[in-house]
Amino acid sequence: MKDPSDTRSSKMMMLYDPRFRSWLAQALVLAALAAVIGAAVYNTAHNLEKAGLTSGFGFLGEVAGFDISLTLIDYSRASTYGRAFLVGLLNTLLVSGIGILLSTALGFIIGVTRLSPNWLISRMAAVYIEIVRNIPLLLQILFWYIAILNPLPRPRQALDLMDLFFLCNRGLIIPKPVWLPGAGLVLGALIAAVAAAAVLVRWARHHQMATGRRFPAYYVSTGLIIGLPLAALAAAGFPIRWDVPTLQGFNFRGGLTVLPEFIALCLALSLYAAAFIAENVRSGIMSVDKGQIEAARALGHRPGMTLRLVVIPQAMRVIIPPLTSQHLTLVKNSSLAVVIGYPDLVHVFAGTTLNQTGQAVEIIAITMLVYLTTSLTISFIMNRYNIRHAMRGA
Amino acid sequence: MKGAKLIAVMAILVLAATAAHAGILENVKKAGEIKVGVSGKVPGFSVPDQNGVWSGMDVDFGRAVAAAVFNDPGKVKFVPVTTSERFTALQTGEIDILSRNTTWTFQRDAKQGIDFCGILFYDGQGFMVNKKLGVKSAKELDGASICIQIGTTTELNVSDYFAANKMSYKPVVFESADESTVMYDTGRCDVYTTDASGLAARRTTLSKPADHIILAEVISKEPLGPAVRHGDQQWGDIVRWTLFALINAEELGVTSENVDEMMKSTNPSIKRLLGVEDNLGEQMGLTSDWVYRIVKHVGNYGEIYDRNVGPDTPLGLERGPNALWTQGGLMYAPPVR
Amino acid sequence: MTVQWTPKPDLPPPPLDTGFAGWLKKNLFSSFWNGLLTVAGLLIILATVPPFLRWALINAAWVGDSREACIHLGEDGISGACWVFIKVRLGMFMYGFYPDAERWRVNLAMVLLALAALPILMPQAFEKLRTALGFALAGTIAVFVLFGPGPGAAAALLLVLPFGLPHVRLKAIFEKVDAQPSAGLAARAAALALAGGIVYAAARGFEGNALPGPLAGVFIALLLGLMLLDRAPAAAWQWVFLFTVYPFIAYVLLMGDAYGLAYVETHLWGGMFLTLVIAVIGIATSLPIGILLALGRRSTMPVTKTLCVCFIELIRGVPLISVLFMASIMLPLFLPEGAHFDKLLRALIGVSLFYAAYMAEVVRGGLQAIPRGQYEAAESLGCGYWRMMGLIILPQALRLVIPGIVNTFLGLFKDTTLVAVIGLMDMLGIVKTALADTEWLGFPKEAYVFAAAVFWVFCFGMSRYSMHLEKRFQVKRH
Repeated sequence: MKDPSDTRSSKMMMLYDPRFRSWLAQALVLAALAAVIGAAVYNTAHNLEKAGLTSGFGFLGEVAGFDISLTLIDYSRASTYGRAFLVGLLNTLLVSGIGILLSTALGFIIGVTRLSPNWLISRMAAVYIEIVRNIPLLLQILFWYIAILNPLPRPRQALDLMDLFFLCNRGLIIPKPVWLPGAGLVLGALIAAVAAAAVLVRWARHHQMATGRRFPAYYVSTGLIIGLPLAALAAAGFPIRWDVPTLQGFNFRGGLTVLPEFIALCLALSLYAAAFIAENVRSGIMSVDKGQIEAARALGHRPGMTLRLVVIPQAMRVIIPPLTSQHLTLVKNSSLAVVIGYPDLVHVFAGTTLNQTGQAVEIIAITMLVYLTTSLTISFIMNRYNIRHAMRGA
Repeated sequence: MKGAKLIAVMAILVLAATAAHAGILENVKKAGEIKVGVSGKVPGFSVPDQNGVWSGMDVDFGRAVAAAVFNDPGKVKFVPVTTSERFTALQTGEIDILSRNTTWTFQRDAKQGIDFCGILFYDGQGFMVNKKLGVKSAKELDGASICIQIGTTTELNVSDYFAANKMSYKPVVFESADESTVMYDTGRCDVYTTDASGLAARRTTLSKPADHIILAEVISKEPLGPAVRHGDQQWGDIVRWTLFALINAEELGVTSENVDEMMKSTNPSIKRLLGVEDNLGEQMGLTSDWVYRIVKHVGNYGEIYDRNVGPDTPLGLERGPNALWTQGGLMYAPPVR
Repeated sequence: MTVQWTPKPDLPPPPLDTGFAGWLKKNLFSSFWNGLLTVAGLLIILATVPPFLRWALINAAWVGDSREACIHLGEDGISGACWVFIKVRLGMFMYGFYPDAERWRVNLAMVLLALAALPILMPQAFEKLRTALGFALAGTIAVFVLFGPGPGAAAALLLVLPFGLPHVRLKAIFEKVDAQPSAGLAARAAALALAGGIVYAAARGFEGNALPGPLAGVFIALLLGLMLLDRAPAAAWQWVFLFTVYPFIAYVLLMGDAYGLAYVETHLWGGMFLTLVIAVIGIATSLPIGILLALGRRSTMPVTKTLCVCFIELIRGVPLISVLFMASIMLPLFLPEGAHFDKLLRALIGVSLFYAAYMAEVVRGGLQAIPRGQYEAAESLGCGYWRMMGLIILPQALRLVIPGIVNTFLGLFKDTTLVAVIGLMDMLGIVKTALADTEWLGFPKEAYVFAAAVFWVFCFGMSRYSMHLEKRFQVKRH
């Protein structure tokens, strides 16, 4: 006779089987997630349909009908929303790119200063870091915006340098180069020079590995990059005209305007990120064994060379991962531009375009996707660099 | 098996939650209050004082609807919404009425899932400049920097106007009207633009109001009015006819002070309006004395106007196009009959 | 004869190497370049600090209660701060539009939080039971004197009760039924349901709204705690109370509409108070969610792992502002018609989920640093997954990453300012509103400097506390 409790206990056994339990848990999680997403999609579709909203990306082809204060590519009110998106994206990339360069340079300087044997200088760096790190970035952006704008005069009283450069509360207005026919040669020369320099540096490294002799590749390539375009410029008969700004009516006409919003944002982003980068640099340098420095000095390297050839390459291995995340943070933080009216992606696209078209779901999704792609790209590049550096250092 | 059952149950629950919805009027009555989306930042239209008491035309309109539904103008909750979230808030039922100096446009009415219920305030976009610039007309604004608020119709109007007059300008677009005003005041822009009523309100908040003039040109039509969610005819009718009742009451001379006497009036129009003989309000799901309630508690259109933006207020706006049609204005409401 | 050679006394070091001059030479002028740097540094300090002090202290207007007090500041090129503006607006900066008459509720909620959290934050100071109990009693009496009997009772409940619960021996009651495993479970479940039901019914009977559901929930949670934590020390109960009883009290106090307190809508909340609400709730929720995400990411279950990785990487790839936009504009669309959250709640969800992803990465770092042997030892002791993680792995892992956790908290605290962009009146939002005030136009610098100073004090304090924690745990480990 079979014990009736047998099947029950085998069922109970199954509940105690970790593999079964893990699959059950995962199935439940997946089911719950599917239900939540399904409900969200259903609700959204229902809400949109009920409201008579059309969804889809067709709006990107419609005429925008608004103007943007800073456009790196041709854009006018007759352009499409898709074009406006591109303008916003480029503005985001511009401010992030410059911010990354400035903050890295500044961060390295402050980080090294923080370790300086000079008591005063190192204390000043510490105070700077402690102040800047502990104040919200948004406040700093607003503060710099006010701090830059307030003391600047109106255009008619603009500070003026040789009638070429003007500084007023409309921004910094500088002459704009206008390329005439033949300028392509200069651009070609520049590209050629950069390519040649890259090849040269590689060759020099191999050369040094093979023969032990150093070739001053960096000096030569600098000369190439500056000299070749200049030569091309002269050869083409200076195909360049300067569009000099002049005061007409309210504002300056012509020239290139660097918006005060841009200056404030760049400044705030770089100063903020620099404080964090400085701390990364400091811990990176401190992680290099003291014996390494002593050994380098014993080999007769001067302090500068020790720093450049021994300390920095080893410190870089520690510095790069957090540095990458600082750069990513900076790109994401550039979205705070919206509060001071710098026309970045969030401002132009998730602000104006969203309000004019009402396509909230599509626009927020695109915006998030753009930041995600940028983040992944930067971390990919920096990871590659990190692998190369780590291997070279090892 | 277990998992499948669970999914089925959850799906049913979700669907049930979605399917259970009644008309807005019933929901509002059940909740005991009407949720009105307002700006909360425009003096004369909707702004809370330091004790959180709201005032303004948009606010009083919300109170009028509450008076019609509940006989109590206090049964209304004002929800500040930003320009970006106002339409979503209405679409999703977070608010029952959007009364946030919002311009009635084709796209918003047809494409954004909301229905406008009429015009509470006829406005038009204008420009404010500093007197020192010596500008007399908007046609002289070529090359000016202009402070604008993001995502508004004004952003598009400026672009239209300057393109039509073959002029250029530099937009400086801020997230909120507060910021635009502050930055205009610091001199970041030559010109501040928004609806003319807004200009008057904003000028009072500048550091030296007397230094700024509002140019005569009005470059756009900005009919501001309350809106409701698309798809509930009954609720739309209630909001629409509350507005018309306010205007009709002024036209017929019914005010909050004389409304009790007016109940005894022999004028058939007034009798109909106040529901003395007919039960028109009941056909809309309200009571027959709904207009009496509105006027008694909130006043008629003229009273609301004078109280919030009229010549005796800091805004000091003349009636202009917002006068009754009988007095040369545009305010004209279909009759209650 | 031998001559005893006596060394002469050491010469004193050259005057330039000792004392103040020596210090100067060593630290500031050790070389030509260092000297130059020092001079440059001094010049920078001279160019920034005195003007700032002149502006902030010497020329500043402190006295008065209207704009008149600051009229003179713009004239004659005297630049000074108008602190009168801050003084007049201080109430708004702290509480937003929270009604004047109800602000004591905010104060009480903050005081209770401080009193309940202090023993947990500084355990070494409250190691002796007598000190801890004395502190709790003193706090209760202080609340009673300052706020009245009702708040005093709430304080007693929150602060003193944790010392009583260790003496409640619930386990003894269940000992008899525990002989049969399923009977014990059933008896406990029945007891929980019964107690919850009684509390619910009693609260329903209470005149006015008494939030019967949440109250019964808190009661059941405490009872469950009594069943699980047998003879746990008072310190453990303090934790439990902070996460069950305190939220209930704070909700009742801040929201009102219950126990005779007037209802205060969340859009009236603002200023530093709202910043703290967002920060505290964000911190309290993002760490547990982050731990779960980190465990999920390190899990061997492929589905769970993929979901956690996707969520973490997605969130970490986008700016907080876009998450907040999503919470304020898109989230309502996802919900069924008629269902909606409060705007503050939506922002809170956005902030906590965002920082949970960052927290998950910090915690993962800690988990990775725990040697394999610890896991194996735990398993060989027969611990299940949750007991292994909860009792052995996580305590070590979290201790390792305290600096990372505090840094994430700091980031969260600073980023609460972003909610101003979606229209909430946090500290920054209220400052911006105050800047548009007709009466006080033109003092943005004062407002921003004030806000910056307040944030700085909080953040600096937090980072110092984290350093202190780090030191304490390091001492313990060696």
